[in-house]
This record gives sequence, C-alpha cells and structure tokens, in this order.
Amino acid sequence: MSEDGIIEVRNLSKTYQMGKVSVLALRHVDLHVERSEFLTIVGPSGSGKSTLFHIIGGLTPPTAGEVRVAGHDLSALTEADRTDLRRCTVGFVFQRFNLLPNLTAGDNIAVARYIAGMPRKPDPQFDEMLQFLGIAQRLDHKPNALSGGEQQRVAIARALVNRPAILLADEPTGNLDTENSKIVLELLKNLNEQYGQTTLMITHNPEAASYGHRTVHMRDGKIMEAT
Amino acid sequence: MTAKLVWENLKHRPLRSLLSFLLIGVPVTLILTLVGLTHGMITDFQQRQKASGADIVVRGTNAQTALSFGSATLSEGFIKLLEKQPHVKMAVGILNHNNQIWLTVTGIDLDKFSAMSGGFTYLEGGPFRKPDDMIIDRYYAAQQHVHAGDTVEVLTRPWHICGVIEGGQLSHMFVQLKVLQDLDSSTGKVNQIDLKLDNPANVEAVKKNLRGVLGDEYPIYDMREFTSLISVDNIGGLREFTWVVVGIGVVIGGVVVWMSMYMAVLMRTREIGILKSLGGSNAFILRLVVMEALILGAGGTLLGIGMSFGAQWLIRALVPASIQMAIVPLWWPISLGIMLASAALGALYPGLRAAQHDPIEALAYE
Ligand SMILES: Nc1ncnc2c1ncn2[C@@H]1O[C@H](COP(=O)(O)OP(=O)(O)O)[C@@H](O)[C@H]1O
Ligand SMILES: [Mg+2]
Repeated sequence: MSEDGIIEVRNLSKTYQMGKVSVLALRHVDLHVERSEFLTIVGPSGSGKSTLFHIIGGLTPPTAGEVRVAGHDLSALTEADRTDLRRCTVGFVFQRFNLLPNLTAGDNIAVARYIAGMPRKPDPQFDEMLQFLGIAQRLDHKPNALSGGEQQRVAIARALVNRPAILLADEPTGNLDTENSKIVLELLKNLNEQYGQTTLMITHNPEAASYGHRTVHMRDGKIMEAT
Repeated sequence: MTAKLVWENLKHRPLRSLLSFLLIGVPVTLILTLVGLTHGMITDFQQRQKASGADIVVRGTNAQTALSFGSATLSEGFIKLLEKQPHVKMAVGILNHNNQIWLTVTGIDLDKFSAMSGGFTYLEGGPFRKPDDMIIDRYYAAQQHVHAGDTVEVLTRPWHICGVIEGGQLSHMFVQLKVLQDLDSSTGKVNQIDLKLDNPANVEAVKKNLRGVLGDEYPIYDMREFTSLISVDNIGGLREFTWVVVGIGVVIGGVVVWMSMYMAVLMRTREIGILKSLGGSNAFILRLVVMEALILGAGGTLLGIGMSFGAQWLIRALVPASIQMAIVPLWWPISLGIMLASAALGALYPGLRAAQHDPIEALAYE
C-alpha cells in the first residue's frame, strides 16, 4: 500500500457507545484513495458506509487505527482541528440535500464561503461551475421552491465552493427520480473529469456505482472486495 | 452573513419573534412607566409649587417632607407677623388637606393667593361666592368629567364647582381657607405660609431674619430648597423599588429569551448539524444564538419604549389629574442595556447546548 494517496485508512475501527451497548460500526477497515479518483462504495444498510464517511470527513473521531486525509492524521486531531478539516478539506453531499431552509440557494452557498472565511464573491471559475451545474439562474430561490434535483445540485455547489480536496457524497441520488439521478451522477463524473475533483460516493444502486473508477463493497463494518 | 442567518431565522417564525419582542417589551414598559411616573409626579409637584409665585415657604413644625403636610400647626397670627418683616411683600396662608395621594384639596384666601401667583385663568365660571364653592383645574375636571355648575363629592361632602381654571398652580382643587379650616377643625391655623418678597435677591437675608424671629422650630425654605425636598432620593424606598422593578425586568427578559432560544435551538437542531458539517465552529454557533437573543432584546426594548408612550396616553386619557407620567429618554439606553444583558444571559445556556451538539446526531434529527 503506497503512502501517497489522498486518503489512507489502515486498520480503522469505530465503536459507537449507546449507553451500555457498544455498536461496532467499522472493523479493521483498510482503504486507499488516489488524488482525483472517483470511488464508489456500495453495501447493505448498516454496513458502516456512512460511518466511514463521517470519520474521513471529520464529523466523528476514529476509535482505533490510522486515518490520514490530505496529510492530516485524524486520530491526532482535536475537535477544533476536525472543524477545520470540515471547513477546508472536505465537502459533504447528503441524501437529504441538507440545505438551510430559510436561506436562498445563493445564500446557502455563501454561508459555506463565509464559514471558511473566504470573500463573499467566489472566483470566476466557480461561476462557470454554477453554469455547469445548471443552477446559476436558481440562486435567488429558497430550497422549497427548487426541485429535488436542483436542491442536490445546489448542495454540490455548496460542497465545492471552497475547493475541498475531497468530495464525500452519501447516497446523493437516494431521494431523486431516475432522470434527476442521472443528471447528478453525470455532473459528479464531469466534475471529476474536468476539475480532477477527488470524489467518494456511497450508493445503493449498482448502475450509479458504475460511474466511478472503482467500487468498494462493504458488509458488517468491513470492506469485502474491490472491483 | 451571520446577521443574515439570524435575520432569516427571526423572519421564518414571525409569530414566535413577535411574541418574544412583546414579552420582553412588557417589563421594559413597566420600568419606563415607573420611572416616568416618578419623574412626572416630582416635576409636576415642583412646577406647581414654583407657579404659586412664592419666594419662601414656612411650614408647620410637624411637616416632615414636602408631601406630608401634617396637621395645621401654624397660627394665622404668624401671617401678620411675617408680613411685617423687611423685604416681605406678602404672606399667604395655605391649608392643604390630603385627599388621596397626590390629590390635595387646598384652602386659600383667593385674593391674596391671586395677588401672589398672578391669578387664575378661568376656562369656565369664576371665583368663590358661597362656602361650598370649589375651583378645580381642567385636569381634574377632565378626570371627573365635570364642568362649572356641577357638583363633586370630595372629603365626604358635596362641593359646587364655581370655576374651572387652566391650572398648574399649587393644587388641582381649591376651596376657601375658612371653609377648609372649619372642616378640618383647625380654625385659625394653616400648614404652610408662602412669602413673596420685594425682590428675590433678598431671599437669604429674609431667611436669616425669619430664623431669628421664628426660632428653629419651623422649617423655612426658599423655593429651590423646597422643591428639591421631593426627589427620587428622599421619597422613602423609591430608589429601592425602582431597582426591584428593574430586577424583575431582568428576570422576565432573561427567562423569555431563555425559553425562546431554547425552543429555537431545539427546532433548528438539524440546521445546526448542517452548519457544523460545513465547518462551523462551536463559537460560530454560539454567536448565532447570542446574536439572535440580542436582537430579541433590542427589538423588545424598542417595542417597550413604544408601549410606554401608550401607557402615557392611557394615563392622560383616564387620570390626568391624579397621575403624571413623563417620558424619560435617559432611561431608553439604560433599559436597552438591561435587556441586552439579560438576553445575553438567557441565551447562554441554549447557545452552549447548541454549540456542543454532536454534528452526526444533529444531522440525523428529524
Ligand atoms: N451515531 C450513531 N450512534 C450509534 N450507532 C450508530 C451511529 N451511526 C451509525 N450507527 C450504527 O453503526 C452501524 C453502521 O451504520 P452506518 O454507518 O450508518 O451504515 P450505512 O451507512 O452503511 O447504512 C449501524 O449499526 C448503525 O446503527
Ligand atoms: Mg448511510
């Protein structure tokens, strides 16, 4: 296993403590992701896919093992360091879009900019990306005035506005119809091809999984095989 | 951007925001009304005394404060004696009968009092003619809804209103001195003698002379001393009472903000999770909550200030003679400071809870 991947996971375990019960969500997981790779992750519900993302994205610390993300050793990070990681290094896209309902699409993107301490106006290349995502004309609308596909594209724009090293998309098409799913999947693929965006995507759908360079299968908190 | 987030949150639930403003506004109105009453009553008293035209006031031996007149202990004989003193142009005996707090029936010798004060301006009717005649000012007339020719029941007996005056001098209700003396069984006595001097510049000299004549038994004041007898500091307990009301305001404001923000934070658990997933720090989340609370505090204060004008209007409409309420702008920034402090305090617990939310649990929150 080479050391120069953008994500290096070795022997990672994660236990959730629920009162007296401990849930073993990940057991001895190894994963290597190259810069500019588009990796898809499949596996049944409860197999630990989201947990793996939450650890890589700095939402929760690992219980045991090594995790390196864009040069950061996650087991050594404090809560504040993990906040910084989420702010600058990774971008999340969720199944439920997770836009702030009170803000317009444009302001949802601006919030991410603001939190990262960037100037309000993104660069011209980002404007191009908004065109690319097909939401440049929809920025004045609040989420409830947008279709699911539009909301998810806004969420992708928000995740990418600060140029994160890694995009983590957790079942991004889970709440979309076939047509919108296809649009979003094409976008993720194009973003990866055009901008070299390192992307990890969880999906239930084998067809969706085929959009990536490589697919990883998970079961019972373990990585079974790579194709 | 923080301001926008906060503002959109307030706008998103307008009823909750308005209710919070209102609940914070009420204690502000309470504080401003109390302060306004204090100022209004004191200023009103001072202006009325000054408008009597007296330069020096001599009071009875048992007069403790400007407000408690005590029983009449000054013999009318003093009036003649005081009038003979150098520089004293005129001495006018006055008998005050406390009817209810702040509303006094004052017995005067109309001719002498008019000569000292410059006289009444009659809006209706005219001077006393019969013993049961009473002159009232337009504020009392408005409060009682009466006019010249009507009868009012005061001091457990009916009085015939012979005149309604512009008012502003000494009292709201005047009757003839002799009549009030008989009624109070203090024939030949008064509880205050007002002196008018040939020249106000002689006040100190006259006071000195009077002390020699009357001894230390009778309090002697020039008008400035007399009007400063009544102030926030020497009305017993007033300052303390004000602070108690301020304290109640702080507690109410704090609790309202606490509940309002606690609910808001609970309802926005998911949004807090989203902000955290974007890299929002704990301090950022706390700042959002505290800022929203401060806006609730500031908006509530503004509303409270507005409502204090409403309280003043109500008092003027209902009891223009009994109660005076001033608008005291000095207390606007003070109330604002008080409410901002209690809002910040109230927001602290909900804010810290919000800041410490686990992002994964918050994102899973329905
Ligand atoms: N915050 C949590 N607290 C407790 N248990 C959790 C938590 N998140 C996930 N789990 C448990 O960890 C296991 C893996 O969950 P998850 O990573 O969400 O799986 P997947 O995304 O593959 O469906 C499940 O058994 C789940 O119940
Ligand atoms: Mg999942």
